[in-house]
Amino acid sequence: MTHAAPPVVIPNFGQGSACVRGDHPFCWDWVRAHWGDTLGPALVQHVELTAIAIGIGFALAFTLALVAHRLRIVEQPIAIFAALLYTIPSLALFQLLVPFTGLSWTTIEIALVAYTLVILFPNIVAGLRSAPADVLEAARGMGLTRRQTLWRVELPLAVPAIIGGLRIAVVSTIAIATVAAFLGPYGLGSPIFIALKEPTPFKTEIYSAGALAVALALACDAALVLLRRLLAPWAGRRLA
Amino acid sequence: MTLADAANLHTFVDAFRFIADHPGFLATKAVEQLQLSGAAIGLALLVALPVGVVLGHVHRGSGIAVGTSIVGRALPSLVLIAAFLTLLGIGFVNNMVALAVLATGPILINSFDGVDRVDRDAVEAARGMGMTGSQLLRQVELPLALPLLFTGLRVAAVTVVATAPIAAVAGGGGLGDVIVNQASYRLSGVLGASICVMILSAGVFLALVGLQAVVTPRGVRRTRVGGADPQGKELE
Repeated sequence: MTHAAPPVVIPNFGQGSACVRGDHPFCWDWVRAHWGDTLGPALVQHVELTAIAIGIGFALAFTLALVAHRLRIVEQPIAIFAALLYTIPSLALFQLLVPFTGLSWTTIEIALVAYTLVILFPNIVAGLRSAPADVLEAARGMGLTRRQTLWRVELPLAVPAIIGGLRIAVVSTIAIATVAAFLGPYGLGSPIFIALKEPTPFKTEIYSAGALAVALALACDAALVLLRRLLAPWAGRRLA
Repeated sequence: MTLADAANLHTFVDAFRFIADHPGFLATKAVEQLQLSGAAIGLALLVALPVGVVLGHVHRGSGIAVGTSIVGRALPSLVLIAAFLTLLGIGFVNNMVALAVLATGPILINSFDGVDRVDRDAVEAARGMGMTGSQLLRQVELPLALPLLFTGLRVAAVTVVATAPIAAVAGGGGLGDVIVNQASYRLSGVLGASICVMILSAGVFLALVGLQAVVTPRGVRRTRVGGADPQGKELE
């Protein structure tokens, strides 16, 4: 990252309207003026951070869940380990990775993938377990092999639980990724940290970046609910 | 920057040395953090628990409970803390309120679900025995809802304790003060405090799991630690 010398002392205030200089609760003109250089890029970075973490985390969790589904004894230890790992505060985990991977994008992604993994794993396993005994019996009666049962019966029945886990993972990752800005200027947390460092915290920047993060999380959540209705129309219509 | 080179090992040795050299200081900070977390969880319990239990008892308002938990989950802690900082000023109160908002979702949805999903047959039987509404709530629904009530409390408590360090950016005190102040405490202090924060939240998690096991009536013990609700509410 190279930081060009900022043209003004307080870059995010810019030259500023009366609204910005007076730090009124919300200044639309600041949002319009800084969409291109601050909020827009931060939003894109936030989506990238989240998408990469979810992609890698889902692949890992899915593989582990298939193993745990086959080898039942490893499930409970992994589940307890995951629950304990999830208690590690994000700020602490980010800091503890710094000696290994530095103040970098990699550090952030490792932490985000870890949280994604511990959320997704128990949900995918629970989903695979949710196939009723008589359904499995019927599958065996129809002559399905274990592998066929997994891919044609257990996995489709697990879709609602997997999407339930994905919803929590995506929303949590979006939330945790805001803290990632503590390590470097990445994502929607970055404008918030910058605004907090002003002598008086700059309200518009906090509210606009915060609102974007919340809107992004809610939009992803809604998209996953739609996906569940598409893939698993038999699952209840309840939202959560 | 290769993994586990000698310099990294040194960093962690220094971090543990920092912990060994400043036990009193770190303990004070940990207590500060627990006070803030406790106040926030207490506030959230005060608001969300009665609302969730009553809504569950009358089997109404699932939309409110579900909606609150969805929106609550989507609110990033940093955003809450920064927003309440601008509204309530720097210090204990804004952080307490921000963390309490964070804790409200899991407590509300789990207390609602816990009471709402009590076996209908048990409720029928209790009514048939002539129990009044409040007797039903106290003697049947609440005991049967205990596992989920505790799940809500545990998720909320772990979330709050784990998030409390971020409150340091808004004058929250606690171990976060050290973590966000590398200029004063250097990397060894930052890492030392991070380790303490980890131990603290894992401790809170284990303590609540233990408490749950002790408090839950034997007949109701059915939830397993770490096992997720297929709906995905067990883990936040």
